[in-house]
Amino acid sequence: MAADYLDWLRREGRIVIVGASLAGLRAAETLRAEGFTGSLTMIGDEPYEPYDRPPLSKAVLLGKASPLHTELPHRREVDAKWRLGVPATGLDLTAKRVRLADGDEVEYDRLLIATGVRARPWFKEEEGRLDGVFLLRTRDDAARLLQRLRSARRVFIIGAGFAGCEVASACREMGLAVTLAERAGAPLVGALGGVIGAVAADLQTGNGVDLRTGITVTALEGDPAGRVRSVHLSDGSEVETDVVVVSLGSLRNTEWLTGSGLGAGPRGIACDAGCRAFDFRGIVTDDVFVAGDVARSPHALFGYQFLSLEHWGNAVAQAETAAHNMICRGADRRPHLWMPAFWSSQFKVNIKSVGVPPMGDQIMITQGSLAERRFVGVYGHQGRVVAAVSFDNTRWLEFYQRQIERGAPFPVDYTTVDRRPEGRQPVDADFPDPSLPTHGPTVTLSGYSPADQQLVFTPARH
Amino acid sequence: MTQASLFRRITDFANRADPYPLYEELRRTPVLHEEEDGPYVISSYWDIRSLLHDPRISSDAANLAAAGDELAEAQSTGLPPSFLRLDPPEHDRLRRIANSAFGPPHKPHRIESMRGELHAIVGGLIDGFGEAREIDLVDQFAYPFPVTVICRLLGVPREDEPRFRAWVDPLVATLDPETRAEADEEFVKSAQEARMQLGMYLAGLVEQRTKDPQDDMLSDLADSRGPEGAMTMMEVMSTAVLLLIAGHETTVNLITNGMLTLLRHPDVLHRLREDPGLSARIVEELLRYEPPVQIVPQRTCIADIEMRGVTIPKGSRIWLMLAAGNRDPERFKDPEKFDPDREDIQHLGFGSGIHSCFGAPLARLETQIALSELARRLENPRLVEDPPPYRQNAVLRGPRHLSIAFDALR
Ligand SMILES: Cc1cc2nc3c(=O)[nH]c(=O)nc-3n(C[C@H](O)[C@H](O)[C@H](O)COP(=O)(O)OP(=O)(O)OC[C@H]3O[C@@H](n4cnc5c(N)ncnc54)[C@H](O)[C@@H]3O)c2cc1C
Ligand code: HEM
Repeated sequence: MAADYLDWLRREGRIVIVGASLAGLRAAETLRAEGFTGSLTMIGDEPYEPYDRPPLSKAVLLGKASPLHTELPHRREVDAKWRLGVPATGLDLTAKRVRLADGDEVEYDRLLIATGVRARPWFKEEEGRLDGVFLLRTRDDAARLLQRLRSARRVFIIGAGFAGCEVASACREMGLAVTLAERAGAPLVGALGGVIGAVAADLQTGNGVDLRTGITVTALEGDPAGRVRSVHLSDGSEVETDVVVVSLGSLRNTEWLTGSGLGAGPRGIACDAGCRAFDFRGIVTDDVFVAGDVARSPHALFGYQFLSLEHWGNAVAQAETAAHNMICRGADRRPHLWMPAFWSSQFKVNIKSVGVPPMGDQIMITQGSLAERRFVGVYGHQGRVVAAVSFDNTRWLEFYQRQIERGAPFPVDYTTVDRRPEGRQPVDADFPDPSLPTHGPTVTLSGYSPADQQLVFTPARH
Repeated sequence: MTQASLFRRITDFANRADPYPLYEELRRTPVLHEEEDGPYVISSYWDIRSLLHDPRISSDAANLAAAGDELAEAQSTGLPPSFLRLDPPEHDRLRRIANSAFGPPHKPHRIESMRGELHAIVGGLIDGFGEAREIDLVDQFAYPFPVTVICRLLGVPREDEPRFRAWVDPLVATLDPETRAEADEEFVKSAQEARMQLGMYLAGLVEQRTKDPQDDMLSDLADSRGPEGAMTMMEVMSTAVLLLIAGHETTVNLITNGMLTLLRHPDVLHRLREDPGLSARIVEELLRYEPPVQIVPQRTCIADIEMRGVTIPKGSRIWLMLAAGNRDPERFKDPEKFDPDREDIQHLGFGSGIHSCFGAPLARLETQIALSELARRLENPRLVEDPPPYRQNAVLRGPRHLSIAFDALR
């Protein structure tokens, strides 16, 4: 019976994907590659073919790529009906229908939600509307920002996460005066902790950025023409500027699901390891799947905590898994076991992390040196390696990724090449708000071959 | 009669023409340790790859010497080791400086801008076959081509080739395990002497460039005043020796192995003749199927390493059998098949990790042009002798001669 349904679904079912960006496109391609021949509808509120976002804060701002030409390469023909420029506004789980802003309704047999996130706007709406205040999430954002930067002299960036730091780097390369404000004690602290944050801070100040930490922006001030003129800070100071870039993280695009009965909210849409969405009761749905930045899914390697990952690689991997699971039998479904990995480049330094650094309470610099800004740092939690970060040392991370997969012991008790005295002992990783996940059975991966990832259950130690 | 150890059979010259059945046997014991002082021999794709990225593995010549490798010691007493034989941070610093004279971001066009010149050199060599309808591909093409190229790139006079060849040959011989096993003090000394001589010769050229800079790598190395600082004179000498040797002793084998493989697969040769664009895929598949560097024999481990249930104790020598990993059925479908149409052609032919081949973009371009031009211009080419005679070397493996007959030149 169920098998018949699947055969039918694969042959002539209707699949709808909401969110026509990275995750949506890769899912569509996977569906076709795996033999789905039914009808496919792609709904996206942006009026563009799927495009790539990471260049928007890097090559595009440096003038090395046009904001209008970062289209994602298509891996194969997807033969879909594209509904671009129209947001989805509602979901009826019982009738299996997606409502669109233009009043249309689209029926599905299976649905994939990949609506991602958007930039968190400045909290005072009116100030946010001042001419010269920008967010950076879409290609339109990038095009407008770039155009304004060309005639600007001074830029003020609010928020020193990855995006803010990258914008600072690009602006310095353009020769602009840059002020970067951060509430925490250093840039990247939330993602990488204070030890690495200090290196990121040196990188900024060493490249001429006026870095203000431990400070908040209280107000944006405009001139009579409505152009932003200055920024007021919590220490009472005021900084004049031509442009403000608000880089305060993101909001999940889940409002359109309000009242649908799905387990969707400000933290994203919860799904199981197989990418099936949970409803608000915590019961897994059969026909609704989730992938990409909007998803929250439990990760076997990290105590089955739900992880939300705003990572390019995660969006691709999760989309592929979701698409696969949408059209195959239960026994053939795969868990989404992607190892979190993130990269960034700032001031020509390549930063990459694997695993979940904020889970770590200690860090050990196993290779290289912080002062030289070339190193590998390993994060540990409860006696295990949970993450690693590298500055200009990317080629080693594959090794540490395997250490994480195997739940290797921490502190690192073996010698490595290029170990310096500073790397002999672990130190406090210095995250602002150390999370203390619960004890529980841990799961590790074994084997070297990615084709051969097996789960090995390690009983909890109390 | 007791059979020789597998590891000795692999290095035995008698098996040079086709070591692949031995590699297959080898993979059955993926971590092989046959002799007490001998190396741990690693032959599966994923294991090799993981060790190439493992920070407990060292390339440092001093560690190799401590592990009982006398030749390594000999080398470390002459010129300082090149970055091939160093660990970070020294390796990284020297490689970065060398790269600033070679590739992006400092010299993004150096290799691509040689394309026209490479075509001209290849064309000239093929024209040079003249009226002959049988040639030795090695002596008349596959060797002179990369030598000419690396000379131009570095700024070494081409006509000095007989001089430096006399120093390069004994150095390359020291890489061969059989030759090493039989090496006496005399041999060790002469290899050390050759390296020093070659270094001195290159130093002379660098000296000239300091006074009169040209558009070549020696000039840039002599002038490395970037943020990384400069190399010392000794470091420039070691680096130049490394580039000169690595720049041709491997490419000659890729081109020769390439032509041999194409002549054994005439359908692919025919397709290449019709479509030179296929050369990129062919070269990648060749690097998998017949890699010129068969073995990376210069690693030691600086901590105990667990691998497939075997503990490789700290201080052991490790051999990474790239050519065996490249045909590992755990990784590749139909590994013994030469198939440029494979979906994901990946290989260990250039190594991986921080020591992965520095010259890869140049080697690829040279071989793509060489093979597509040979395919285009030789009418009805055929092997005169199969298998051809091989070089002694088991590490840098390739034919010593490759006689090819053909009907006409196009
Ligand atoms: C400037 C910038 C730099 C980045 N740099 C990096 C980096 O260096 N490394 C890295 O790993 N990641 C980086 N990222 C993150 C990466 O781009 C994201 O992880 C990735 O885009 C996620 O893809 P997605 O398809 O899940 O979501 P999104 O790309 O956000 O796509 C969701 C799509 O759905 C649309 N949508 C939303 N609501 C609706 C609705 N109701 N109806 C219809 N359509 C809707 C959205 O408009 C959007 O087009 C960067 C992101 C940005 C913005
Ligand atoms: C087909 C041709 C070539 C092959 C198969 C090849 C293969 C390799 C391999 C396997 C290594 C890794 C060695 C190790 O890990 O210890 C390496 C390193 C190296 N190669 Fe090549 N190579 C080729 C051509 C070249 C050329 C043309 C150059 C120079 C222009 C070059 C320069 C180097 C250098 C300098 C290193 C050392 C890198 C380091 O230690 O960081 N190679 N090569």
